[in-house]
Amino acid sequence: MTESPFAVDMQNIVIRFPGVLANDHVNFTLGQGEIHALLGENGAGKSTLMNALAGLYKPASGTMKVYGEPVNFSSPKDAIAKGIGMVHQHFMLVPNQTVTENILLGLNEPRFRMSLKKYDQKVLELQEQFGLRVDPTALIWQLSVGEQQRVEILKTLYRGAKILIMDEPTAVLAPQEIDELMETMKAMVATGKSIIFISHKLQEVTAVADRVTVLRKGVVTAEGIAASGMTKRDLANLMVGRDVVFTIQKTPHNPGDVVLDVKDVRGENNKGVPALRGVSLAVRSGEILGIAGVSGNGQSELAEVITGMRECTGSILINGEEMANKPPIAAIKAGVAHVPEDRTHVGSAPSMSITDNTIMKSYRQPPVGKGWSIDSKYARANAQELKEAYGILAPSVDTMARKLSGGNLQKVILAREISGGPKLMVAVQPTRGLDVGAIEAIQRLILAQREEGTAVLLVSEELEELLSLSDRIAVIYEGEIMGTVLTDQANVDELGLMMTGTRLDHLKKFEEVSHHEEA
Amino acid sequence: MKLPFTITFEKRVEDYPKWLPAATSIGSVVVAFIISGFLLKLVGGEPIRVMNFFFQATFGSWAVISDTLVKATPLILVGLACTVAFKMKLWNIGAEGQFYMGAFFASLVVLVPLVPPETSGFIVLPLMAIMGMVGGAAWGFIPGVLKAKLQVNEIITTLMLNYVAILWNNFWIFNKWSDAGFQMTPVFEKSAWLARITDYARPYSEFIETGGGLATFMTAIGLERISGMTLHLGFIIAVVAAVVVWWILERSKWGYEIKLIGDNKEAARYAGINIVRNIILVMMLSGALAGLAGMTEITGVVHRLQERISPGYGFTGIIIAWLAKLNPFAVILVSVLFGALLVAGREIQPAGLSQLLQGIILFMVISSDVLLRYQIRFVRLHKPAAGEVEPA
Ligand SMILES: Nc1ncnc2c1ncn2[C@@H]1O[C@H](COP(=O)(O)OP(=O)(O)OP(=O)(O)O)[C@@H](O)[C@H]1O
Ligand SMILES: [Mg+2]
Repeated sequence: MTESPFAVDMQNIVIRFPGVLANDHVNFTLGQGEIHALLGENGAGKSTLMNALAGLYKPASGTMKVYGEPVNFSSPKDAIAKGIGMVHQHFMLVPNQTVTENILLGLNEPRFRMSLKKYDQKVLELQEQFGLRVDPTALIWQLSVGEQQRVEILKTLYRGAKILIMDEPTAVLAPQEIDELMETMKAMVATGKSIIFISHKLQEVTAVADRVTVLRKGVVTAEGIAASGMTKRDLANLMVGRDVVFTIQKTPHNPGDVVLDVKDVRGENNKGVPALRGVSLAVRSGEILGIAGVSGNGQSELAEVITGMRECTGSILINGEEMANKPPIAAIKAGVAHVPEDRTHVGSAPSMSITDNTIMKSYRQPPVGKGWSIDSKYARANAQELKEAYGILAPSVDTMARKLSGGNLQKVILAREISGGPKLMVAVQPTRGLDVGAIEAIQRLILAQREEGTAVLLVSEELEELLSLSDRIAVIYEGEIMGTVLTDQANVDELGLMMTGTRLDHLKKFEEVSHHEEA
Repeated sequence: MKLPFTITFEKRVEDYPKWLPAATSIGSVVVAFIISGFLLKLVGGEPIRVMNFFFQATFGSWAVISDTLVKATPLILVGLACTVAFKMKLWNIGAEGQFYMGAFFASLVVLVPLVPPETSGFIVLPLMAIMGMVGGAAWGFIPGVLKAKLQVNEIITTLMLNYVAILWNNFWIFNKWSDAGFQMTPVFEKSAWLARITDYARPYSEFIETGGGLATFMTAIGLERISGMTLHLGFIIAVVAAVVVWWILERSKWGYEIKLIGDNKEAARYAGINIVRNIILVMMLSGALAGLAGMTEITGVVHRLQERISPGYGFTGIIIAWLAKLNPFAVILVSVLFGALLVAGREIQPAGLSQLLQGIILFMVISSDVLLRYQIRFVRLHKPAAGEVEPA
């Protein structure tokens, strides 16, 4: 057998699910020492194809070769044995165990006696090699999402992975964590590893990928084309088959009455550490207030205290009514919609149907609720309409939520929250994990809400998104608002400084001083 | 001998067809009977004859069918009790205690007595049913509150409360209401008896004698006599309860809340559902169903409160709910099967045989779950061509 130039060579892969042809004769090759980006709309079949490579699914037909050798995996173990490791879209770690314990989980060694110290050392060595720093003795639940992801990567490396599959690794990361990850990826290919990288963020793809393969509805539309010279626009076009508008037109800012008035709110996070330290802000009807900041600075806690999911001190007025520490039902009745940060653990019920997931907020009242019962016919028809309107890709509205692709699940949540016609919408990372086409559609919907007079509190880590949607931007840092600026007058450098802890009034003073000096 | 193929288990990618869970359950019951047959053969028995006898003793005539259904009645109700709780992932293993408390509270109506002895059955029986449900619900309320407010593990509390309930019953039976020193109360007034088929034996035989189309038909299917049939109204109550539970779980807002909490508690909280209240209410509903089972048993079968009215029905209910995959209608079917096993245990010597069968059935059904998650494939032994993946 001759040495193959390809680390992975998949030909004519077909994978079917009931009602969906997820992969339709897909060809995919990964060169040795290459970073290969896999792109495609939500539900295009990217995760499915990679799951087949990782031994989780078995293709109905097609051939797979790893380093030139034909393979036929019947379990992830087989794939790991061939040096394939996958970091999944949703992590699979044990929260109450340490980093090292998680890395060793499921391995044959150590057998009986755990001498964790020795293994901690081994893990540290591995970290050194690739610049993936995380305390081996820390418990998983104490780690940030970015650190948890490093653990997942270390886990695959520890198992000797030569081929790494990363399914939307950057969706959950803060901007500088993304930069670190890109460095790590480059360090890994430098040692001869090969990487498959799935992302919806096209600038990342143009930044790190050598080649690109694009899937659309299970079919390859661009097979391993060189990434250099591609623009964001070209890639978007390949993915959705039409031009994508990256700049959205917005009507002039015309705010009405104050809908949300937050005063001096303080609260703790899940670990009991203060996460909000005296936050005050207001959102008016017909206005979008963006909350900028590096993830983990109190954004999700802020969303939770407003929607009644978390206790706090201070005052939260919604349309003049005090809502602090009222149960979530009070906020729902007051017309507050909530797109939560965590779509799988908070925003959806995995084993219930799309229909059941769309009525989570509306089942109490007509037309869905009728007396003591639920009008399941109406609910189903309504879910059907939402599925069409939001372009949710699924065999039917009876499909269980956990069978949906990541982006499609997010669309179900957005459909539910937006279709309720809220007075106030609290959206945390609403476009996370969506493809460019869907992002565009969702952003339009959020703007349409604003036109209709909804007050929107938009939490996002994407400055670009905040700049194109918000009327004003407030920057949060360690649970405090550093300052609020009108979007027209915002300046990216200033926002960046505020995001790392400089107050707006300090910046202003500094500016004044420099003006004086110039004078 | 070398087979030209190997059998492999593969994780199912696709959904299993809708009929598969039912098919595997039925299949495993059949396999359990076959295995028991082999075991019988092994110890020198005559499996065919025994199985035949087993069938005759449980479904062979209208009279024994009636016996089987009598045994199935409390099982259906406790099975439903467990089903409701398990749907919300509340592990109520206290149906046994709730059963006793239901029997105790229902008995209060005639033993205290709460109504004058000459009161009509149309008042006494509904009152006893309500009291039975109240008693069971109260016994579910305690662990419910402890779980909801203080996060006390309900498995422990419900288990412990079983013993409390049994001893509490004994105390009253021995000390206060003992019938001539026996471990039972005096027999209840007839007004506290649930109607039985045999109660209508005289008018029925008159009806058969007068003849006519229906009477001929009844005779033709072997129902010319109904005296001695002890099937009571409790069976109808249990079936109605199954329909009600099905409606609650599948059609009502409350059922939606129960299922949502069971699937993802955090999502339920996010949807504005009051979890504390639901834990308490579901434990009470579960207890009420078990309590109703206690009521039907004392008013339909023993007609008095006595020691050991339940041979562990409450625990069998857990198994039944599990085997029925939390489907209220399947609970009826599974309960009838288990009712048959109880009847057979009475008829067949040694009695342990039916327990053996029960154990094997349980074992088979639980292991058949594998078939829902994995599929079996026959793989030809010759090596596939390079890189070829098995065609579907
Ligand atoms: N286990 C499953 N059962 C049934 N259908 C499934 C299953 N897994 C995925 N699908 C379907 O297969 C299609 C492809 O899904 P996949 O997860 O591969 O999409 P994706 O390209 O990764 O999308 P995203 O960018 O949203 O993550 C979708 O229509 C999805 O609903
Ligand atoms: Mg995916």
